[in-house]
Amino acid sequence: MNKHTQLGMNRTGIQMSPLDTAKLKNIAAEVPPDVGGNSDVLAAFRGKFVADAEPIGSVPVPGNLKGLVGTAMEKLTGHHIEVLVDKLGERLAFERTGVRLYEAILAKTSALEDISEPLVQALRRFRNEELVHFELVKSVLLQLGADPTAQTPCADAAGVASSGILKAITDPRTTLAQSLDALLAAELIDNAGWELLIKLAGHVDHTEWIEQFQLALKQEAHHLATVRLYVENEILRDSAALR
Amino acid sequence: MSSISTVLESKGVKLENQRFTWKEMAGKPISKLDDDAFTRIRIILLNGIEMDALRLEHLIARFNGELRLPLAQIRRVEQHQATMINWLISADHSPLETTIAYEQVAIEVTAAVAQTEPDPYQAQTYRFGLLEDFDHLYRYSAMLDRLEGKDANNILQSYTDIIPGRLTTEHHRAPADDLRNSYKAGEAALITKIHAALITAAEYQTHDYYMNIGPTFADPVARQLYAEIASVEEQHVTQYGSLMDPGESYLEKWLIHEAMEVYTYYSCAEQETNSRIKAIWERFLDYELGHLDTVKGLFEHYERRDSAEVLGGALPELLEFKSQRDFVRKVLIDEVNLRSRGAEYVDRSQESNASLEYRRHICSEGVAAEAVSAGYRWHEGTELNGKTTETNVNTKGEPVYE
Repeated sequence: MNKHTQLGMNRTGIQMSPLDTAKLKNIAAEVPPDVGGNSDVLAAFRGKFVADAEPIGSVPVPGNLKGLVGTAMEKLTGHHIEVLVDKLGERLAFERTGVRLYEAILAKTSALEDISEPLVQALRRFRNEELVHFELVKSVLLQLGADPTAQTPCADAAGVASSGILKAITDPRTTLAQSLDALLAAELIDNAGWELLIKLAGHVDHTEWIEQFQLALKQEAHHLATVRLYVENEILRDSAALR
Repeated sequence: MSSISTVLESKGVKLENQRFTWKEMAGKPISKLDDDAFTRIRIILLNGIEMDALRLEHLIARFNGELRLPLAQIRRVEQHQATMINWLISADHSPLETTIAYEQVAIEVTAAVAQTEPDPYQAQTYRFGLLEDFDHLYRYSAMLDRLEGKDANNILQSYTDIIPGRLTTEHHRAPADDLRNSYKAGEAALITKIHAALITAAEYQTHDYYMNIGPTFADPVARQLYAEIASVEEQHVTQYGSLMDPGESYLEKWLIHEAMEVYTYYSCAEQETNSRIKAIWERFLDYELGHLDTVKGLFEHYERRDSAEVLGGALPELLEFKSQRDFVRKVLIDEVNLRSRGAEYVDRSQESNASLEYRRHICSEGVAAEAVSAGYRWHEGTELNGKTTETNVNTKGEPVYE
């Protein structure tokens, strides 16, 4: 695996084929569109579908409310528990995928010779912490009587949103810097996700959850800062090597 | 290498020696950024041909018990050739970017075929279909720009124009207007048979690809656009498939298909610029010669006819992989207003009532191909490139909202 940015025969830009490009530009300027309007027509067409769309799915009805502790039950009364379950389901799914993201990037580092050992150690620790966070969310969902194996709508949407991150990291051709950059996006989302969960736990005034979520956020903030630092290190090292 | 006619006489690699490992089949892909667009064109075309080989060979097996074993043996190799070829497409191609490449294949290959096809009616049919795929490229380019914010020319590498062709809305015809006259097996040149098998295979693959990826899009306009164009590709399969003589036996069609595969691999191997990919084409050319040799033997055994009756005659030059811009522009000017009525080509004013009525209803709730391309004009770096001049900005370069 080549770790560094390279100069080469990238053929995607117009400068690579000036003669052909001149012909293309000329004909595109000469031949008018055969359908009038602009991109607003597309937006309007899209809008009709949006207005008519069904939701992607529902939050499953909690099957077992016995596990819910008395005070929590009281506090949750009057709140839309499905919002909490949906966002917990999202966090659970994200943390579980997060474990796999770290495993994928560790597979990449294992193929590199001059890899920083502290980086590998950090990635391993973060992978394990993501797993602990997954277990934490699972336990909260169980306390709510919710099914932690269900895929909630927010979990589904977040999975779609982050599917490109997984793709960028698992492609064997992407460099460590490119992979870490994708991981950085995941950690930024993850940090915002925990901040939101803390607010939701505050809504139901559940002190224990707030404390547990704050600890998770603290660890995620460390992941974020560390990954950001390593992204910068990789890019700057690459830049220095080019000089 | 010697001429294609001589190559057809070679026996190639014996079937039992045509072997693969999983690792080589799922090997290194090409670079979307650095490889030449024609390398990707050859990959897509050859995958389409291999997929069609599987299709034809399965159909033959449904009707012929005695041929099932040799069919299964050859299909196993074709399957693994298709895998090794299709897995050359790298994962950083979005499905829409791959679609742009598929349409480039349809345009550049059909245009090359249309110019060397000796039968005037068949050549006319290729030119007719060409203008429709040319229009699909324009609609999909607008979709790529307006959905993903990407420039289709990053894929096309300036080899192919991005302007309207025959408006996609007008491709929707009644089935009777998609049928074409077929060549006569006893009279047609071998290259005519090869062309029909080749272009039908390519269009079939495009149809299947759109049918598979269309529903994976979240954007409702893209979903409908793929539904519309997949339907046209199905019409194209009908059109090109009907160019072939229905009186040919199954074995005869198989023989022609194998000859077509040899011809295409040979053409690709001769023109490939990526040495690693060239080696694959050369290897598979030898494999296809082995298939052809096997099928020649089966044809002669079961039909008691000399395979030279089918494969004889001169072949023209190789399938040419290069920008066909000038030819396509001329066809566009001369023939954009052609329509089909039954198997004949007529002016747009003479379309059948059946097609007009079919189109009127199916398009009555809106056409995505039109919505996506409203006012669209290709511009290098996407239509957003340079558009800030159209936005009010203050002296600090900040947008000003009215």
